[in-house]
Amino acid sequence: MVTYIVRRLVTAALILLGASFLVYLLTAASGDPLAEFRPSSAPNKQQLMDSRSALLDLDTPAPVRYFKWLGGAAQCLVPFAGSCNLGKNIAGQPITDALGHALIQTLTLVTGATILAILVGITLGIITALRQYSTLDYGVTFMAFLFFSLPIFWVAVLLKEFGAIGFNNFLRNPEIPLPVSLGIGVVLGAVAVVVAGGDMRRRVVTGGIVFAVVAAVLVYFSVTQWFKTPGLGPVVIAIAGVGIAFAVTLLTAGLRNRKALQSALIAAGVGVLLYFFIQPLLNQATFLMIVLLAIAAVLVGLVIGYFMGGYDRGQSMRAAAITSFLVGFLMLLDRFLQAWPAYFNNSRVRGRPIATIGAGTPNIEGDFWILGLDSFTHLVLPTTALVLISLAGYTRFTRASMLEIMNMDYIRTARAKGLSERAVVMRHAFRNALIPVATIVAFDIGGLIGGAVITETVFSVRGMGFLFLDGILHVDPNPVMGVFLCVAITAMAFNLIADLAYSALDPRVRVKA
Amino acid sequence: MAEQAGLRQEAAGIEPVSEARGLSQGQIVRKRFLGHSGAIVGLAVFAIIFVMAFTSVGYAGIPGWWKYTHEAVSPLVNDGAPTASLWPLAWGEHPFGQDRIGRDLFAMTMRGAQQSITIMVVIGLIAGLIGVVVGALSGYFRGWMEAVLMRLTDVIIIVPALLLAAVMAQLAGRRDEGSWFAAFASSNGVLALGIFLGLISWVGLARLMRGEFLSLREREFVDAARISGASNARIIFKHILPNAVGVLIVNVTLTMSAAILTETALSYLGVGVKSPDTSLGLLISQNQEAFATRPWLFWFPGLFIVLICLSINFIGDGLRDAFDPRQKKFNAKKASDSGATVPEATPVAALDSRADDGRTSGGDRGA
Repeated sequence: MVTYIVRRLVTAALILLGASFLVYLLTAASGDPLAEFRPSSAPNKQQLMDSRSALLDLDTPAPVRYFKWLGGAAQCLVPFAGSCNLGKNIAGQPITDALGHALIQTLTLVTGATILAILVGITLGIITALRQYSTLDYGVTFMAFLFFSLPIFWVAVLLKEFGAIGFNNFLRNPEIPLPVSLGIGVVLGAVAVVVAGGDMRRRVVTGGIVFAVVAAVLVYFSVTQWFKTPGLGPVVIAIAGVGIAFAVTLLTAGLRNRKALQSALIAAGVGVLLYFFIQPLLNQATFLMIVLLAIAAVLVGLVIGYFMGGYDRGQSMRAAAITSFLVGFLMLLDRFLQAWPAYFNNSRVRGRPIATIGAGTPNIEGDFWILGLDSFTHLVLPTTALVLISLAGYTRFTRASMLEIMNMDYIRTARAKGLSERAVVMRHAFRNALIPVATIVAFDIGGLIGGAVITETVFSVRGMGFLFLDGILHVDPNPVMGVFLCVAITAMAFNLIADLAYSALDPRVRVKA
Repeated sequence: MAEQAGLRQEAAGIEPVSEARGLSQGQIVRKRFLGHSGAIVGLAVFAIIFVMAFTSVGYAGIPGWWKYTHEAVSPLVNDGAPTASLWPLAWGEHPFGQDRIGRDLFAMTMRGAQQSITIMVVIGLIAGLIGVVVGALSGYFRGWMEAVLMRLTDVIIIVPALLLAAVMAQLAGRRDEGSWFAAFASSNGVLALGIFLGLISWVGLARLMRGEFLSLREREFVDAARISGASNARIIFKHILPNAVGVLIVNVTLTMSAAILTETALSYLGVGVKSPDTSLGLLISQNQEAFATRPWLFWFPGLFIVLICLSINFIGDGLRDAFDPRQKKFNAKKASDSGATVPEATPVAALDSRADDGRTSGGDRGA
């Protein structure tokens, strides 16, 4: 095992050396860094060109410059010395600083999108695999192909037009005309008919209920101007909490496990009670406090499950912990919605909340909630675009993996010995289907650091992709090399992690020592 | 055991075992592909776009049937709005509209589609060729050849495509310098871009082909060929490659659909196809600011990117299903009928088909 890892690391280092040499030469060859000065008629033209040449050290041939750069980069390997020198960019900023800023921007942009895409993609993949060749399956497959074929810059421009400009116009006077409410209800009802399982009657009834609820809610929103002063309130949280408790128990323990159901319901109830006590505390929230509260919520859930016990204590604890976490999330959402009017009327936002560019409103001031909403409104469009594009891959992959597992003999054995369908799917099939998915996820996380060059360009986020593209356009090797190093190192590390994870998750796969 | 299961599933899940009637593999694949409705629709859509793109505005100096070219400027008709209408069905003067200075969007879109398809084919051919050669050599000969080629693959896989495209664009822009490549690139920008992208998109394919060769070279028929004195070249080309052709074709198709998106993205970023020539990505990039006033400039090029890419993806899916030997074209409706239609002689199959149904509906309940 250790031999294997060491050998992989040594190979990776050699590959990195070769590839970085290639990238440096390519960048240096990709253009003329003095091009912008050549046609100029400024009197100090020669001086400008000389200073640029001196800055980029253009008199030295590119291969020699690479080794100079390598000498600086090698200092990064010395731990705790703090003498990391990746050179400066064309504006004179050290690359290490620029990389730090870009990395934060990129990670805020892609982390949420990736997590969402993975969660939704895997869920869709599992459901479509369980309903193979149903209308739902065909629909999701078609959508997957469609999203797979969408150019992201095109989606991004459409989102900007309809998601931002259109929605902001709507928010100015948030009234939904009755026909539109009914129309949305009909569409969602039709979706429910397709999604719901069982015989035709049950599906039509489900669709009808969804239609009625959606239409009623939209009319209510329109009449009460909900979009001006949104919020959930304790009643909605209580109803949703009960729903969450049932859903979580259904998935983790099965409704027959009464103790688990009771634990989940108690967790939801405790959450609703705490709603009233926690509001003053939430008014002075910080990021750290929210994290601590989330941990506390999970702990409370675990304790409830522990004391409720039952024949399978672990299941009760799991159901209660997940329920209380989700109810806590609802409370957080509610608090964010309460801050919405203040944000909406903020002098910097001026009633057009959904932003099309940047990662935050410049010079905005406010508490945790205002700032949180600000980054949310800036992230929502690029995140939607990224999720749409990357959803398809996860869905298709999970579906294929799940289908393969569902045809295995041990699934038949599990059914034959009388396990409930829930236990077969959640315990026997789901976990094994996730093994290949886990490796794909590791690959993708490794590629995250590179940023989404196009998404960052369209939405003017100054992340890693922007840094890279900017470096290329200015024929400036140092930022290009900095981004390349980060991307390549993480990609290779996660490659290795993916391989190791595969052999850890699936005992049949052994790494070659 | 495994063979039994396979037989049984073939009997239960449709595809009335056409292999038994002595069809060649090519015939089976063709039959399966033609039975895949998504792939057929994809093929038809792609064929229509292909013919339209290459005949309408002409290609390589040959004039087409459309009256405008992508560079011709004509007076604005109807303020540039599209004149095509579905009812009554009519093309009008400028079916897709015109841009601000009066160029015909239909001609530009067709030209862009030509470029995309050209790049796609060039990338597919080059990537396929290099991928097969590298994969076959490293998978068949192993040893130092595999080590060198696979490390080369590792290096290429982490060099960003964007950088190479930028280098290419820069070289193509240097018209004054007389190197043969610069001359070629400046006159055939699209071809050069395709070649460059092809030179880096073979890596995934090479890894897959290597995997195929690694497993196929251990099979008995390869041993038999070797014992009967076949040369390495003969074993590779006559014995192993035909067995790996399914994986190859499917993945070349997928590489091609990814290539279209790469080309449009690079053109959008300004390092791909450059004006005065045009491409679908460049059209979108030039016109995205005008969305509020002239949305058609934005809709039609995007629509064509999606259509081309979608049809290629569906063709690839159909090919994958057609080539996959484990593929059981399982049709739930037909399977439930088969309980009645399967002849008396195979009661086991009929029984199992019902068991299969139970499993599928059980899955439904679980969800």
